[in-house]
Amino acid sequence: MTDRFNLYRFASPATFYPLAGRMIPWFVVAAVIFGAAGLWFGMLVAPTDFQQGEGYRIIFIHVPASWMSMFIYLVMAFWAAIGLAFNTRLSGMMTQALAPTGALMAFLSLWTGALWGKPMWGAWWVWDARLTSELILLFLYIGYLALTAAIDDTRRADKAGALLLLVGVVNIPIIYFSVKWWNTLHQGSSVNFAKSSMAVTMLWGMLLMALCFWMYSIAVALARVRTIMLERERNTDWARAELAGEKAVGEQSS
Amino acid sequence: MIYWNSVGDFLAMGGYGVYVWGSFGVTALVMAVEPILVVRQRKNTIARLKRQLRAEERAATRSTTA
Repeated sequence: MTDRFNLYRFASPATFYPLAGRMIPWFVVAAVIFGAAGLWFGMLVAPTDFQQGEGYRIIFIHVPASWMSMFIYLVMAFWAAIGLAFNTRLSGMMTQALAPTGALMAFLSLWTGALWGKPMWGAWWVWDARLTSELILLFLYIGYLALTAAIDDTRRADKAGALLLLVGVVNIPIIYFSVKWWNTLHQGSSVNFAKSSMAVTMLWGMLLMALCFWMYSIAVALARVRTIMLERERNTDWARAELAGEKAVGEQSS
Repeated sequence: MIYWNSVGDFLAMGGYGVYVWGSFGVTALVMAVEPILVVRQRKNTIARLKRQLRAEERAATRSTTA
């Protein structure tokens, strides 16, 4: 036995499973607190925008959802690379757990974008570089989920999914820099580290909402990965022990 | 400190009410439904795995007693 902190230990489902279970409530609480604070600043305190009136308030969910849709994809691509390189069991479980949340974030980004575009540009949708590349991101998420669902063998499904994720990762810088590379209807980035174009309360509202979306995504993905772990590891001792401790629906406690 | 003069102002969102609340409403719906689906799937999976485990145990005892 060694006392040294070993990071690899947490890559094992047997140690990750209970750890994730203990962390979920904290992420839920953090998401609620950040969300309440973000809505307070963004919807009640922040002043109006001199160009866009009150319509700009869509930014408080549009930007966090768009950030998360891109970031979740990067995390999935990271796990995919680890999985292909080191053949780790955890990788496929992580990407599988993150994908539905990533897809929903991409959908929310497009939905709130359409509702913002209509009053500001006069169109729900335009085939513009930023919008089109975000739509492709949604298709990549759906493609990953469909591909892995279509392959029965888990290892092969993970491998095929990982390849798709790595090929698709080229789309992320395209989304991010699209407003710089092409002439686009979409406005430039709202948060600029040198000189922000936003009022302080607006910035606070947006950053708090972004933190809320982060915490939400982590909580949901951890909850989902725990179920995937039980399912995939059902023949191991630790999973059987966890299952024995879980009360099934409609079962008498003994 | 609060920017709005009345609840009506807040709901009207300066004429952008449909767009703002349409965005926030759908987001709230998604963030309420996704966790419910995750919890439901977890319960279903646990129930199914426990059934399988019990079936295996029964099969194992039958083969040892027979």
